[in-house]
Amino acid sequence: MPPAAPIAPLLGPALGLSAVLFTLGVAGVLLRRNAIVLFMCIELMLNAVNLAFIALAQLQGVGGQIMVFFVMTVAAAEAAVGLAIILAIFRHNQSVDLQNVNLLHG
Amino acid sequence: MTEIVFYILAAAAVVGAALCVLQRSPIASALWLMTTMFSLACIFVLLGAQLIGILQVLVYVGAVLVLFLFVVMLLNLSHEGSDLRGPWGVGAAVVVIGLLAVELFGLWQYTPARLAREVAQAPQLADPRLAFPAALSMHAVATPNVVEDLAAPLFQTYLIPFEVTSVLLLAAAVGAVVLAKRRI
Repeated sequence: MPPAAPIAPLLGPALGLSAVLFTLGVAGVLLRRNAIVLFMCIELMLNAVNLAFIALAQLQGVGGQIMVFFVMTVAAAEAAVGLAIILAIFRHNQSVDLQNVNLLHG
Repeated sequence: MTEIVFYILAAAAVVGAALCVLQRSPIASALWLMTTMFSLACIFVLLGAQLIGILQVLVYVGAVLVLFLFVVMLLNLSHEGSDLRGPWGVGAAVVVIGLLAVELFGLWQYTPARLAREVAQAPQLADPRLAFPAALSMHAVATPNVVEDLAAPLFQTYLIPFEVTSVLLLAAAVGAVVLAKRRI
């Protein structure tokens, strides 16, 4: 019999909220063609994953919070590089519509 | 009381995320995303991660979203029509949302006690102190403190990943400057 685990009452709702936010992010990536909105949806997905990490860190120790720290760093780096790429694409064909981005189409 | 606050913040986060996806103008999307991120920062505080909540406001709202708004301003986008994808994209989104419904139905069956028990019984991941043995000689400080609880493992156990992060940020900064400067 393992020792009784501490009960975190908000664990379930937080995991559910995390799933809802992640799905909204995926739906946004699938639905929109605007590259900037697409990037915002990716940030939304990263935030949802952060929420899951923090919810589980209530029971599993501080490692989850440290992982969130690293995810935030990666998200910031990704936003900087991604927005620079969007700027380059916009200068190339005067639009951020992803339908016009087919340079590698062959 | 905490749960009522949590549900209010969760509703704000979901509404903000949905409107972020559905709004036509990128500026409106960015501002609704800000609502979501602020609500999530408050939820992080409720869940006992005060430092991460503050970092969320500083990094996401203060840096990433301002960067988004700057880029939208720089691009001077014309007001085009709807930019929704064709039927394939909509179908895929409906499938994903259906999967979410199944998943939430599974989660609905759990009581908090059962969830906590199963999480506690889940297989433990590898001990980070063994994965990064360079930090083994250092001692953990055992003072209860919001910042120290996070900082002590970060600078002792996770020292090597932390240093690697600095290389990542340097590469991202150089890459962003190169990409935005040159004509590609």
